[in-house]
Amino acid sequence: MFQPWEIEQIADRIFDQIKGSAQDPKKLERMLEKTTARIGVGRAGPRLKTRTLLKLRADHAAARDAVFLDVGQNLIKELGLLPVMTCCKDKNTFLTRPDLGRDFDDETRDYLKENCILHPDIQLIVSDGLSSLAIEANAASILPIVTEGLEEKGLTVGTPVFVKYGRVGAQDRISELLDARVVCSFIGERPGLATAESMSAYIAYRAVPGMPEARRTVVSNIHKHGVPAVEAGAYIVDLLAMILEQKASGVELKK
Amino acid sequence: MEQTQLISVGIDIGTSTSQLVFSRLTVENTAGYFSVPSVSIIRKEVFYQSPIYPTPLLDRMRIDGEALEKILDQEYKAAGIIPGQVETGAVIITGESARKENAGMILERMSRFAGDFVVSTAGPDLEAVIAGQGSGAWQFSKQQGTAVINLDIGGGTTNVVLFDRGQVRAKGSVDIGGCQVRIDDNGCLSRISPSASRIGQEHGLRLAEGERMSHEALERLCDGMCRLLEELVGVRRPSALLETVRTAGATPFCLPEDCHVKYLCFSGGVADCIGRQGSDPFPYGDIGMLLGEAIQRSRLMRDFSIIPADQTIRATVIGAGSHTTSISGSTISYAKKLLPIKNVPVLKLSLEEEELCWQGNSENLRKKAAWFLAQHDTAGIALAVRGKYDPGYQEIKSFAKALATALDPILEPGIPLLFIIEADMAKALGQLLRRELAGSRPVLAVDEIRTEQNDFVDFGRPVMNGLVVPVVVKTLIFG
Repeated sequence: MFQPWEIEQIADRIFDQIKGSAQDPKKLERMLEKTTARIGVGRAGPRLKTRTLLKLRADHAAARDAVFLDVGQNLIKELGLLPVMTCCKDKNTFLTRPDLGRDFDDETRDYLKENCILHPDIQLIVSDGLSSLAIEANAASILPIVTEGLEEKGLTVGTPVFVKYGRVGAQDRISELLDARVVCSFIGERPGLATAESMSAYIAYRAVPGMPEARRTVVSNIHKHGVPAVEAGAYIVDLLAMILEQKASGVELKK
Repeated sequence: MEQTQLISVGIDIGTSTSQLVFSRLTVENTAGYFSVPSVSIIRKEVFYQSPIYPTPLLDRMRIDGEALEKILDQEYKAAGIIPGQVETGAVIITGESARKENAGMILERMSRFAGDFVVSTAGPDLEAVIAGQGSGAWQFSKQQGTAVINLDIGGGTTNVVLFDRGQVRAKGSVDIGGCQVRIDDNGCLSRISPSASRIGQEHGLRLAEGERMSHEALERLCDGMCRLLEELVGVRRPSALLETVRTAGATPFCLPEDCHVKYLCFSGGVADCIGRQGSDPFPYGDIGMLLGEAIQRSRLMRDFSIIPADQTIRATVIGAGSHTTSISGSTISYAKKLLPIKNVPVLKLSLEEEELCWQGNSENLRKKAAWFLAQHDTAGIALAVRGKYDPGYQEIKSFAKALATALDPILEPGIPLLFIIEADMAKALGQLLRRELAGSRPVLAVDEIRTEQNDFVDFGRPVMNGLVVPVVVKTLIFG
């Protein structure tokens, strides 16, 4: 849901362009409150107007940045995450070889085993996925509330890991290596033109590589225009506890 | 999709008529499988309507509780509903009935009879909003994205509400209605209300009980009433008289300057008399018919586009049955066994006061809440805040700390902390508050609900596997 000031911003921005051309500007303003689509922008002959085109290009550039930029070292340090990298050694490999983004080389596997708490109730993972901006925007809000909430429920939380060039499936390997009961990854979603900051949580009970995707529970759309990160965090705490209790995740979980 | 149905009752004890309806509210989780749940009321259908009964009175000052109970009992039987099945709803005592000596007692008696989480409520402002929802004016305003005024003209009062794009912008009530003057079988005035005699005086009419009055004089009186309605909705400059007919306990109806109103909707019993041709000028023993005719020739009909009401005389009861219950946001926080909680007064913080709490300052809130507790002679309060959309973790943590530090020391042991937040952040806030309080008292935090100062709230038992709680925001005029 949009907030008044956000609507104002959107309206202001688009309003400039359509002033004088809309039959009922007030009505258009109200329509704009209900959608993030670029409506009422007018046209110049068969083409977009210059400002619309520029805005579209700027949003597209933000989406590309979200994919191509890396998550900052400071954030990883600040959140106390243990950084590791998948078998992908650069962005290009990551984007073209999804299979390599789901696994780790032997050295990294040993490193994880030596440096992480073993047999945790819950293993938390943060991963860039397809949007580093999503992690920059949401991770610092969601991690502490999830960690505290799980502690309140008397559950043990493993060493939180940061996976660079990570796909969702990387959680299966980590879960197996560390013998976690439940694994939960916060990962950047493929950005769109509406937002580049959307994050998802993928959760699985007793995850192992090669398991069916249907065993994953997903909470998507975590960003400031979707579900706010802290609120999603508090919800995920209950969800994780429910998964542990039912010993099931994905389609097998009875919500 | 997961669905639950709730049976809701609406009982309206009005100045001249009393009615009952049963509605079925369907609650559904409309979010996809891969999202945080989003539960809302997706359907409201009225499945039983009682006949329209004259409100039973013992005398001028008292309602006949026993007779009323008999009517309700009979109607429950006719509908095949037992009170235990009714999960929510409202008993509302409206118009002049609310000013009877035993109104509070009657309300208490009826709500006990009507089910477990049925709220009893009264107050002209709330009545206006409920009527506007029952008449369909609210829905029109929301769907068309426009401003609509609803005039619910009953026996004793005219309740007025302005909806702008589905939001209540102004509400109020005036003592103008069909029963303000009653006529007996001989055509003599049998009862004249104080406001009717004031309006009469202004127009040079001397009204006296027991005397006859010419048809033409009564028409002038009704035209006088219409003038006041025109003033009320802003097509005529307000006179001093308008203020004197404002219903006791109602807020003055003030049109916001930025709001241009094009549409008007009529509900209430008198709405049925507008534009109706009849040979009998007094079919109900009052001036209702004449008032309807006066409205027909007034500027109200010319200066606005009139939208047809879905409900007229039943607008209030249907509003009470179908529109009083809201559903909280779907990520909330509450202690088990805490619910239901009824009749909690709302303390709403101003933006500045709330900002102080976000900055970690608890002193201001502590003082204000302590004062509020003393004022209301209540053990519990519900703190209403706007909240922030997408707050950071540190931000919301310091907010929670300020709230707990302010409220924990001034509440009696064991009294729960109750919060109503507009922004979607209740579950996170609840979790952080529990941590701050270390289990010293239970916490309830619900969001996506809007309340105002002087409201009271009832929190119902959780529904949809505990995802949401039904909330009723209401006003009370009895202690």
